[in-house]
Amino acid sequence: MTKPKMFEKPSGVRDYLPEMVQKLRYMEQQTLHCMSRWGYAQLITPTMEFYDTVGTASSTSDHKLFKLLNQRGTTMVLRSDLTAPIARVVSSLLVDEPLPIRLSYHANVFRSMEEEAGREAEFYQTGAELIGDSSAEADAEVIALSIACLQSIGVEAFQVAIGHHSFLHALFEHLLPGDVEVQQYLKQCLLQRDVVGYREHIQTLSIEAERIEKLETVLRLRGKRDVIEQARQLVPTEPAAHSALHHLEQLWSVLESYGVDSHLMLDLTMVGDFTYYTGTIFEGYAADLGSPVMSGGRYDNLLQQFGRPAPATGFAIKTTRMLDMIELQAENENVPILVQYDDNHRSEAIAEATRLRNEGACVITRRIVREEQLAEVDQQNLEALHWNGRRLKRVLTFADCIVS
Amino acid sequence: MNDWLKVAMPKGRIYKQASTLFREAGLLVPEDEDQSRKLIIDIPEVKMQFIMAKPVDVPTYVEYGAADIGIVGKDVLLEEKRDVYELLDLGIARCRMSVIGLPDWKPLTNPRVATKYPNVASQYFRERGQQVEVIKLNGSIELAPLIGLADRIVDMVETGKTLQENGLIELEEMFGITSRLIANRVSYRMKNEAIQQLCDRLQVHRNVQVKG
Repeated sequence: MTKPKMFEKPSGVRDYLPEMVQKLRYMEQQTLHCMSRWGYAQLITPTMEFYDTVGTASSTSDHKLFKLLNQRGTTMVLRSDLTAPIARVVSSLLVDEPLPIRLSYHANVFRSMEEEAGREAEFYQTGAELIGDSSAEADAEVIALSIACLQSIGVEAFQVAIGHHSFLHALFEHLLPGDVEVQQYLKQCLLQRDVVGYREHIQTLSIEAERIEKLETVLRLRGKRDVIEQARQLVPTEPAAHSALHHLEQLWSVLESYGVDSHLMLDLTMVGDFTYYTGTIFEGYAADLGSPVMSGGRYDNLLQQFGRPAPATGFAIKTTRMLDMIELQAENENVPILVQYDDNHRSEAIAEATRLRNEGACVITRRIVREEQLAEVDQQNLEALHWNGRRLKRVLTFADCIVS
Repeated sequence: MNDWLKVAMPKGRIYKQASTLFREAGLLVPEDEDQSRKLIIDIPEVKMQFIMAKPVDVPTYVEYGAADIGIVGKDVLLEEKRDVYELLDLGIARCRMSVIGLPDWKPLTNPRVATKYPNVASQYFRERGQQVEVIKLNGSIELAPLIGLADRIVDMVETGKTLQENGLIELEEMFGITSRLIANRVSYRMKNEAIQQLCDRLQVHRNVQVKG
């Protein structure tokens, strides 16, 4: 590679200018407050972890992990998500804490060679984990919470798609008993969103036409609550599939009680991108954003890798992805008051600035020497008061020449 | 216009066939590409906006959500590896991807393959346990074996006429290619109804064709 130019930064990382930071902080505060109102307490874990612990437990594929060596030659990773680090903490520092445990986080995560649109190598996630509860109630709680979080930052038009990891598994086992290779192939097609490949492959299978038709019908298992009944008819005698569907049915009922079902759709063809998912999986989409803003699911086998077997479910919102769609309300914007003074009025001006700041106002001060400098802001058009390109709420002048 | 579908359409060869398919399925879209060179065409009758793109760019527009859906050849999808839904085989622009060489071709110790599809070619030979040097070219691929740049080429074959005229033959047929309907991950959910309807209409029409 050629030597970088001085303005360049590595690809996939970005700078956040004040206006964006303001939005980012706003989103962070709103979502974390929302989570705390639901009893989720915030946790901070280190940026770096051991490759052999969190690195291998995480769902990020190996070549997408940022790896480094410490001074002893041990491989470290920059965290690629917070789910695995939180599993580590819950199994070690919080091992005596009774379950269920509710935790939230806001943190930057790192992934190299991301293949999704945007290809971010570092981005922010705000998320929550509910550990120690395997019920549909728990799944519904995190989904409802994720929706409350999106609403708390003003996202109105969004959809959450819900699927179930074990349903698809049980269904394929029912229709293609023992044929692991074909099952894997079909799952891979669905994971890669290759509906055409899926259809083509089932046509080549030498099984009864009825089964092929059923495999084709699987692609239609998308929609509202009635999808569950359609799915049940597809596999009338498969206990594992039925228990998954029963779980989804309960989940849907709880979410109806939360009053969020208008934002929900079921998609039983959904395959979780993460290898550690075991049950309910879900993904959130906002209008006008090209890729999902939120994803989550149940991961009942992750904690036992850290020595404290426990069911768990959670989600992460891709906070940075929503920067462009969030509009800050005027009251959340920090429009400053300008206090300007000449040498004779410094003390009273600074006293006034201090008083205003203590009241919570944003104040910038400026020493003035000549009348011409006053004129820069004293075009008293109060609607659009600007100084140095910055909008002002008010101007207070402490000077001999002009009294404002 | 929020409920309109933004459709990335491939300019050139595939457009005509795609628009014919749309029209046969009852969607009145312009038959030919707009001669005015307009890149964005509103079609209020079917609530669609066509974005006229270079075929190889169609999956990119769709992946980033600049378009909700798109029409693109399987060759481009395999080469570009974009994260999009591949919803429907439209059965149009049918051709094949092949390994092509001179009639007297014999295996070499250090084979070289020229192609417009370096990813597709690399993967194909790797899967067959062959290590080849892949050279990316942007056009007139048939030249490569004729002037000794490469011993074989990987390219799309429609009628085979160009090959014949240049004294080349298909050594191996790799796979068949048709155009596909693809969708953005988010649009597939947020505009699910409109996309599913379009899909069904095109599919019903295709099935009639296949059976007839």
